[in-house]
Amino acid sequence: MTALLDLRGLTAHYGDFQALFGVDLTLEEGQTLAIIGANGAGKTTLMRAITGIARVSGGSATLAGTRIDRMAAPDILRAGIAMVPEGRRLFPSLSVEENLRIGAHSRQGNGFWTLARIYDLFPVLRERRLHPGTALSGGQQQMVAIGRALMSNPRVLLCDELSLGLAPVVIHEIYAAFPTIRDSGTAIVVVEQDISQALKVADHVHCMMEGRITLSGAPENLSRAAIHDAYFGVRHA
Amino acid sequence: MIWLDTLLQGLMLGGLYALFAAGLSLVFGIMRLVNLAHGDLIVLGAYLILGLGSALGLHPFLAAVLALPLMFGLGWLLQTALLNRVLGEDILPPLLVTFGLSVVIQNALLMGFSADSRKLPVGPIEAQALPLGPVTVGVMPLITFASAILVIWGLNQLFYRTALGRAFRATSDDPVTAQLMGIRPRSIFAIATGIALVVAAIAALYLGARANFDPATGPARLLYAFEAVIIGGLGSLWGTLAGGLVIGVAQALGAALNPEWQILAGHLAFVAVLLLRPRGLFPRAHD
Repeated sequence: MTALLDLRGLTAHYGDFQALFGVDLTLEEGQTLAIIGANGAGKTTLMRAITGIARVSGGSATLAGTRIDRMAAPDILRAGIAMVPEGRRLFPSLSVEENLRIGAHSRQGNGFWTLARIYDLFPVLRERRLHPGTALSGGQQQMVAIGRALMSNPRVLLCDELSLGLAPVVIHEIYAAFPTIRDSGTAIVVVEQDISQALKVADHVHCMMEGRITLSGAPENLSRAAIHDAYFGVRHA
Repeated sequence: MIWLDTLLQGLMLGGLYALFAAGLSLVFGIMRLVNLAHGDLIVLGAYLILGLGSALGLHPFLAAVLALPLMFGLGWLLQTALLNRVLGEDILPPLLVTFGLSVVIQNALLMGFSADSRKLPVGPIEAQALPLGPVTVGVMPLITFASAILVIWGLNQLFYRTALGRAFRATSDDPVTAQLMGIRPRSIFAIATGIALVVAAIAALYLGARANFDPATGPARLLYAFEAVIIGGLGSLWGTLAGGLVIGVAQALGAALNPEWQILAGHLAFVAVLLLRPRGLFPRAHD
């Protein structure tokens, strides 16, 4: 059986600086994967490489058997990978509802996610649908960014640093939406600096350091000490 | 009464300037591209209408309808083949390229049509006027003014009421994130320039119907258009209409005082607005 998303020896550069060194990673249908790592570990570059925003300089990436590593970003979205970018990046000229609708810009045909279903997932957005997207609180903006990505009915949803700059109660509220997203048939990759949050939602965890995956496994099989070592690159005392 | 009449003539003229400026404003608003060839593209449009009209024996209004899709195609091609290649972080390359394009268009028109000045023959409507209360207004200026309002209104509807407009605004905000939505910024830019040249063709019809034009007429139109866009506030379409009206009224008032002051008065109004409101009358909130 081919994996839904399969990365083999992926390398990428950030300007002249090599940010990814041969990353291998597979994501199965229905799986939730977490990628943890400190600042500068290459997590965001990996997300940008998968979505075509950063150029892949070597290795391969396939989605359900189709090579995507040479595709342009809009084609990768059409192929079925949507991203919630770091910092949310809502469009300031667009209202909440327009931000959601633009997520479906290139969508063909029907799918599970509709405007109504996004509003059911995050009811507060329905009340605020006519506000400018950027006038909302950080947590609500994150909800718009997730909804916007879901509107394309992706097979894979990449979430880059969802919890960054948000209060714990807000983070909890956002992650509460994950079971519904998973049940819709979307596989999820979360990139997190918040290790405990990542371990809670994921059924498989990869830890990155200096552009490489240094530790992989199911959360229940990984000891805190091993994660600590892989995360900080030091031997645990 | 003469002042009321002058004011009205100024507003009508301002409508024409707003038409010159609308395409420029659209392109700047979406891709931050200052198209120095915009005035020459309007003049090119006027020659196209003239050529189509005389070749097919059509009234300029009908010839202009035929010119609209041709100008859209030209804009699309221009953006795809040329301007998309030079758009980037640096604003200098597109400025140089459009400046060069301006020179190329002017010389091509000189070769094709000579330096003789031309006019679009719109017929008896040119001399017709309507009594509007105490003043009289020409039918052509009135149609020009109404067209300007209609064009700006139409562009606003397109911008704020359609999926394409949503993609325009998103691309203008953040072209990288727009790609994550499946939007191709370059094809969005090509459509935008196509629409800008459709507006330029409408402006060309009224430019050619109102006064003589020759291959060197473009740069002065560009200057008025520029001033209208900046007075209005960069990126605001209704602001561009207001900017056109300010220049038109200032020119009419200047001309009423002394015919030699017409052009100068428009430029002075531009400077005065910039002194009082450096970001224009209706600046965008988030620039």
